[in-house]
Amino acid sequence: MFETAIIAGAKIVLTLITLLTLVVLTVYTERRVSAFVQDRVGPNRVGPKGLLQAVADVVKLLMKEDIVPKNANKPIHDLAPMISIGVAMSTFAVIPIGSTMTLFGRQIDMMIADVNIGILYILALTSMGVYGITLAGWSSNNKYSLLGGLRSSAQLISYELSMGVSIIGVLLISGSLELDEIVGKQAATLWGGIPAWNVFLQPVAFVTFVVAAFAETNRLPFDLPEAEPELVGGYHTEYSGLKFGLFMLSEYVNMIVASAIIVTLFLGGYAFPWGEQFGLSGNSLAVAEVLTFCVKTGLVMFFIIMIRWTLPRFRYDQLMRLGWKVMLPIALANLVVTASILALMNWA
Amino acid sequence: MVNIEVVLFVVLAVLFVGSGIMVITRRSPVLAVLYLILNFFALAGLYLTLQAQFIAVIQIIVYAGAIMVLFLFVIMLLNLKDEEKLIEKITARKVLAVGLSAAVMFEILYIIWISTPGIERDVAKAEELGRVEAIGKALFSDFLFPFEVTSVVLIVAIVGAVILAKKKLD
Repeated sequence: MFETAIIAGAKIVLTLITLLTLVVLTVYTERRVSAFVQDRVGPNRVGPKGLLQAVADVVKLLMKEDIVPKNANKPIHDLAPMISIGVAMSTFAVIPIGSTMTLFGRQIDMMIADVNIGILYILALTSMGVYGITLAGWSSNNKYSLLGGLRSSAQLISYELSMGVSIIGVLLISGSLELDEIVGKQAATLWGGIPAWNVFLQPVAFVTFVVAAFAETNRLPFDLPEAEPELVGGYHTEYSGLKFGLFMLSEYVNMIVASAIIVTLFLGGYAFPWGEQFGLSGNSLAVAEVLTFCVKTGLVMFFIIMIRWTLPRFRYDQLMRLGWKVMLPIALANLVVTASILALMNWA
Repeated sequence: MVNIEVVLFVVLAVLFVGSGIMVITRRSPVLAVLYLILNFFALAGLYLTLQAQFIAVIQIIVYAGAIMVLFLFVIMLLNLKDEEKLIEKITARKVLAVGLSAAVMFEILYIIWISTPGIERDVAKAEELGRVEAIGKALFSDFLFPFEVTSVVLIVAIVGAVILAKKKLD
């Protein structure tokens, strides 16, 4: 029991450090990619190729004065960024980044918590994330912040539905709520050697899920809660210094986690199909799996960044119409079709 | 060595009752909502100590994640101010209400006091029952009719809500 606790603690610390480092890299990548898209150079002065720019930004945020508005609700103003970052980080706990690794004679699962209800855990936590933004908006006692908070709660409620419904399609095919088993099901190959990834089996669910994931992580074209031209800074208008930094951090952690979930549910997860051909087994296979996972996640993140710098923001009524009148019916229709086909296949 | 389950139960139960009291004593509606969310989390934790993973996570998704967001949304949209303090008068009805609630509480305490833990505790079986598979099987075989009727009731409620929300039907 003591040993399990130590292993779990080590995994948590390692994951947190990795996530924080990745955020720094992602911010740098985002700035360089945006510069590329807009035909600029981007940060290139601090460190080699500007790699240390994000580190310099973090130091700047740490040194800044923390200003709380006079009429703000201080405890909740402090609590909101903590909720945001806590929820964003703990979602990663159930995502498997590999099968098992043998270290010091022990089999170690490559995820923090192997729970029976992995997907539901993710859904539960993403539905908690909205409180950080909403409370930030409310406690600042500022019109723009409040509007940002309101928009965020309406947006998340609307897109959570289509997200949940599109996940059910995946669940029907995998027959399990455990992320590890969902990945295992995708390791097989279909006719003609295509990997049995859910993106091929559930293409409609993939599209609706990715769109909903953009909305849930408040990334452009769905960043209505912080639309600068309309709302100054949206929910974080009244935040400065480290607390603003925490919101930034949680936005990027959310992006990493969303990419990891997309990879796990739809793009085959960590599964490395050619393990036998290359004669890999044990720890070398585990390393190959982790690398597979990282490359896939990195590509999805690159896609998300490219979308941000190519598409304009939705208008608010367009956002709601898309969520309720397009996304939800499509996701529901996909669910009905999938369930019918599966029932027919079982019946025949 | 104290059983960890007992420790968890005591911590969660104190949190549960404490946050419940905070909900009804706060004057700011937003604070009351926040304590209610904490209350739901404590309840979900209690479900977890009973090995009911599925119920616990559904408690969070549905109540803490969806319904309370709507509560918060409406409270923020209406910009509700703190409740004003009223001067309360003691009436016969209030005395009766306090007496009756006290009686119910003493009954519950008495039942807990005289009852002996007669049920055999079977953790493996409880864990089996708390899984999604077991709940799904029960829901779609033994309880299929109530399940379907509930969905019809919910559809009716949704249609009613849409009609009420739409000012003019086209």
